[in-house]
Amino acid sequence: MPILATQFLADLTRVAQVLGGGGHVLNACADRYQFTVGLAASLVSGKVSLLPSTHTPEVIRQLTAFAPDVVCLTDAVDCDIDLPRVPFPGGGAALTANPAPVPAIDTAQLAACVFTSGSTGTPVPHRKTWGRLLACVREEANRLGLSGSSSCTIVATVPPQHMYGLESSVLLALACGHALCAERPFYPADIAGVLAAVPRPRILISTPIHLRALLESGTALPPADLIVSSTAPLTAQLAAEVEQRFNTRLLEIYGSTETGQISARRPTHTPEWRLWPGVTLSVRDGETWAQGGHIEQPTRMCDVLEMTGEETFLLHGRVADLVNIAGKRSSLAYLNHQLNSIPGVLDGAFFHFGDSRASHAGVARVAACVVAPQLDAARVVQELRRRIDPAFLPRPLLLVERLPRTSTGKLPQEALRSLAAAHLQSGGLP
Amino acid sequence: MSEKVSPLRQPAAPASATTLVREVAGLIVAALNLDVAPADIDPDAPLYGEGLGLDSIDILEIALVVSKQYGVQLRADSEENERIFGSLRQLADYIAAHRTK
Repeated sequence: MPILATQFLADLTRVAQVLGGGGHVLNACADRYQFTVGLAASLVSGKVSLLPSTHTPEVIRQLTAFAPDVVCLTDAVDCDIDLPRVPFPGGGAALTANPAPVPAIDTAQLAACVFTSGSTGTPVPHRKTWGRLLACVREEANRLGLSGSSSCTIVATVPPQHMYGLESSVLLALACGHALCAERPFYPADIAGVLAAVPRPRILISTPIHLRALLESGTALPPADLIVSSTAPLTAQLAAEVEQRFNTRLLEIYGSTETGQISARRPTHTPEWRLWPGVTLSVRDGETWAQGGHIEQPTRMCDVLEMTGEETFLLHGRVADLVNIAGKRSSLAYLNHQLNSIPGVLDGAFFHFGDSRASHAGVARVAACVVAPQLDAARVVQELRRRIDPAFLPRPLLLVERLPRTSTGKLPQEALRSLAAAHLQSGGLP
Repeated sequence: MSEKVSPLRQPAAPASATTLVREVAGLIVAALNLDVAPADIDPDAPLYGEGLGLDSIDILEIALVVSKQYGVQLRADSEENERIFGSLRQLADYIAAHRTK
């Protein structure tokens, strides 16, 4: 059942009335339509949408410290987020004889605050104004060929709370007049089913993990008019296969939580990424910084980028400290901080075990060595689960007598890998 | 050739179901590169969250190997979905009931 703009305007007016007097909203709605209504309702009532990358108890506690007046807008009956809850009102709002006008939002208004994990244990907020969010997404629409007058339907496998999902599904629809599919299909058969059910032209906003699962599952794929991927680069082979099986273009987007999207490429045509106009990269002390265009302030990129021209670059993977698992990002420093804050943990360190230990689908998790004579591994994992997103739980977590620190206290990743490999080979005995 | 049925035989899961549980455990451990022996996975412990500690990325990978190995396409809109990943045994039961190869 399509929902028309008049209904959307009535729904957002109603939700704006129940959000209360605070200035911040944690929009936890899983339904993409309800999330969008919540975002718009927050905008018209001058509230900032807070978008942390995960909802663990520790992150929610820190969110409360950041914005004591935050409420949680939720569409889940069993929501266990420890904040004052505002249930999304059930059923559509009644339509009035005079439809509500389309609200005008000041481009300077603070629309959202997204968070990265930082390295000290406190999430780092990144403020997004409405105007800069729109500027970024309008350029995305140009690059994807979606800025014309024809409207398409957007199906996305990524959550609207993730920066990529927010931009490429919710904001792309709002800014450029496209239709949005409320569902977030998960299994390959669901993705194919939802895609087949919406009118063409239709586009699929997805990730390498979902696309790979789609192709390998043997599910019959309905025709699509554009496939978009982000969160991690696709292999050239997978990109070619996606284009062949869907018989359409596949475009990739590169960006970060801090900067939003800054570049795109068609991987079957070129390995080079082309920047959004106005965005520039510069190298300082071996680090790449992005600035200009819609970017709020010069931002250090967490990937190794090689500039090949004024507007183009190659992506050579993450910097050593960064962890990126299926689009969820953290840093070894942050994870180490959380690990060492557990009572009973005397010393502990996360490390990259390497792609040789990746799963069948190529997802490489992080591992950890921990010195905690009074605890068992299950207890440490249980404590970590309260503090960090489950994607970063160590596989494996090894209890050791001591960490292989050098005389200066440094902890080389290679030494951790060797210790862990020896540990696993000996059957887990120290 | 008549089959002898012992009165002492347990009415519980037939041998084939136990075999399938072990086989699916092996598939999961191999696909996710887990550091547990397939036989050490408690067939009745939750797969998701606590228990074996899998997350949604893992569930997608399991869905993939299950579709390849048994021709079973999992759907999230199925009401049974939550139950299917309730435990290894429930996943195996679902596969047994829906497998096409």
